[in-house]
Amino acid sequence: MDLVFSQEDLDFQEEIRSFLTSEYPLDIKERQDNRLPFEPEDVIKWQKILAKKGWFAINWPKKNGGTDWSPTKKYILQNELAVANTPIIIPFGVSMCGPVVYTFGTDTQKRQHLPGILNSDVWWCQGYSEPGSGSDLASLQTKAKLQGDNYIVNGTKSWTTLAQHADWIFCLVRTETTNIKQEGISFLLLDMKSPGVEVKPIITIDGSHEVNTVHFDNVKVPTENLVGVEGQGWKIAKFLLRHERTGIAGIAALKRELKRLKEICANVILGEGSLLDDPSYRRKLEAAEIELKATEFTELRTLSQISSGGAPGPESSILKIKGTELQQTISELFIEMLAYYSHPFFNETELGSNEAVGPDYAGAAMPHYLNFRKVSIYGGSNEIQRNVIAKAILGL
Amino acid sequence: MDFSFNEEQTLIQRQVAQFIQRDYEWEKRQALAKSELGFSSENWKIFADLGWLGISLSEESGGFGGSALETMIIMEEFGKGLVVEPFLETIVLCAGLIDSCGNKDQKSEILKKVISGEMHLALGFVEPQSRFNLADVITEAKKKGDGFVLNGFKSVVMNGPSANNIIISARISGKQSEEEGISLFVVDPKLEGVSLRNYPTVDGRRASEITLENVDVSSSCLLAEEGKGFKELEKAIDSATLAICAEAIGAMEVLYKTTVEYTKIRKQFGQAIGKFQVLQHRMVDMFMEYEQSKSLLYMATIKQAEKAEDSKKAISGLKYQVGKAAKFIGQQAVQLHGGMGVTDELNVGHFFKRLTTIITIFGNTDYHLKRYSQL
Repeated sequence: MDLVFSQEDLDFQEEIRSFLTSEYPLDIKERQDNRLPFEPEDVIKWQKILAKKGWFAINWPKKNGGTDWSPTKKYILQNELAVANTPIIIPFGVSMCGPVVYTFGTDTQKRQHLPGILNSDVWWCQGYSEPGSGSDLASLQTKAKLQGDNYIVNGTKSWTTLAQHADWIFCLVRTETTNIKQEGISFLLLDMKSPGVEVKPIITIDGSHEVNTVHFDNVKVPTENLVGVEGQGWKIAKFLLRHERTGIAGIAALKRELKRLKEICANVILGEGSLLDDPSYRRKLEAAEIELKATEFTELRTLSQISSGGAPGPESSILKIKGTELQQTISELFIEMLAYYSHPFFNETELGSNEAVGPDYAGAAMPHYLNFRKVSIYGGSNEIQRNVIAKAILGL
Repeated sequence: MDFSFNEEQTLIQRQVAQFIQRDYEWEKRQALAKSELGFSSENWKIFADLGWLGISLSEESGGFGGSALETMIIMEEFGKGLVVEPFLETIVLCAGLIDSCGNKDQKSEILKKVISGEMHLALGFVEPQSRFNLADVITEAKKKGDGFVLNGFKSVVMNGPSANNIIISARISGKQSEEEGISLFVVDPKLEGVSLRNYPTVDGRRASEITLENVDVSSSCLLAEEGKGFKELEKAIDSATLAICAEAIGAMEVLYKTTVEYTKIRKQFGQAIGKFQVLQHRMVDMFMEYEQSKSLLYMATIKQAEKAEDSKKAISGLKYQVGKAAKFIGQQAVQLHGGMGVTDELNVGHFFKRLTTIITIFGNTDYHLKRYSQL
């Protein structure tokens, strides 16, 4: 990969831009541009539009309904979508469950689940963390006991993102208690409509309902919903965590937000000039920009090393750490730019309003800052990611 | 040199701490923050009965003649309970301002009611373009007969919704950012032409956007000398900055201690997470930021109480340190609590939110570092 796009790449870029002009629904665009709270309908509608064009499951192999695209081509599409601020793709189906099913699943499982994911007809959520198992995921306690043709599942999953909308959940469960905690874990697909599944909301400090606790009380799961071999779930979990870590940097979205912040700052009056003329604020903006450039090229270097469809190695931990640190830094710079106007607060779940006080871009900044404290915690906390780098890369 | 409190001060501290412990349980605080008013009138009455409202006001105004030290003691304890009652706004900021520059009538009419708990106050000192510059005032005052007519806009006026009187900074002469030509007016929000848009803030408190449209006020509403309000305004903001730093330090103490306790109980990988060295060092840094903040708080408060020449500079130095510490301690307390730290249910997130607004209120770290270097 060199720094210059080929003519083919540039043509593709043009194709995406004209596609966005004609196919990106204006009502969704307006809600996105105003940073209004997330609407599941918007996401599904948008994912279906992408799927129709064949631009949805771009990381999947072609034989499973994907693309076999080069890393450069994928990068160009993701970049253009982020620049246009289209709704983020919900990763649980297409980026997580899908790759697991086509890599480890049976033919029946592939036939049953892949089309629903590709067409965004089935909403998936991820049953990993538990109240007692966060960073130490392998200590999970949700039990699945074999009884005839079914597993009987009992236990609790927590921080389950968007479970309130989910049709299915993929779960790590304990099918056997062994001395080594990584053994005896299995990967199950579970229908959320099964009797005994209960979803309870967790309200976060930004006032939103994004995560949930999911309780399983004697939930019957047919054995054909086991993915891979019983007791080999940890292998799948590790495969999946690496997948999760690459998308997490969100470079293109960061570039878009930093650009937007700069544009707003240029219009924030400060004495005779604008906030951009304030040297101490300006320095922080520029430092973020440099860090972002470095992270972008770290990602590009990582991408160029992996072949199409392959999973990246522990290097993806660098991207997770740097990407999330930047997300938090930029969200901080937003509230710093707003000063007092970052304080008015309309709690989405209680007051049902997010009408801005002050400039129209003000309302979303504080909830975003608060919500984004999660990014250094989820997907393997940044402390755990540093452990991964220390161990797997530095050999410490 | 002596950093201990005298007998009376120790007594007040114990009294406030006891109130927080006994009568200000977390669930009650949360219910108050979510109520229409945003705080408890009964609590306010208790504050009045216990003499806290007048403790730092001059005897001439009906207070007890205390100093910045007493305010500091109360605010630090309030910080530990994340108290939502507007002591900072009504008492420290506004009553302090009137006590310092009000005339006899203003003191007797307003401060008497404030001290007895019957009146709330707010200060409109921020405008959409002003950020932290107190002299950046577009709101204008024009002479009209014996009185004045006010026009303009004040933003994010803390405690605006409950205030029976709102002190407004307005320009009577001079250019937009000149210190000269700023006057202060005590405005009854019920006057014709005053309109408030009230809303909650992220720290569970209340504020208002205030529009002033041809508001006629009498000359008796003028606070301090005409056109000479800036110095008084700056003094009041400095006193309130000290007080809010004391509150922040109380909140930081709770946060670092809560985090230490949590990491002793929370187990992952077969041991308490507090056993991991990387987390130990993080918590040591939190602790040190807290201690450094407290040291500057004592220094600045003593200087203020002694009316030292460099007390302004000391206050800016303190606010810089507190801003830095509040951000680090707040963010790390959330991080070390993991997912629990971002829940609405746990108190940690709410302490974090208050510390986040305190970083901005009366000037952020950049502003105070610059002010420090210029003083």
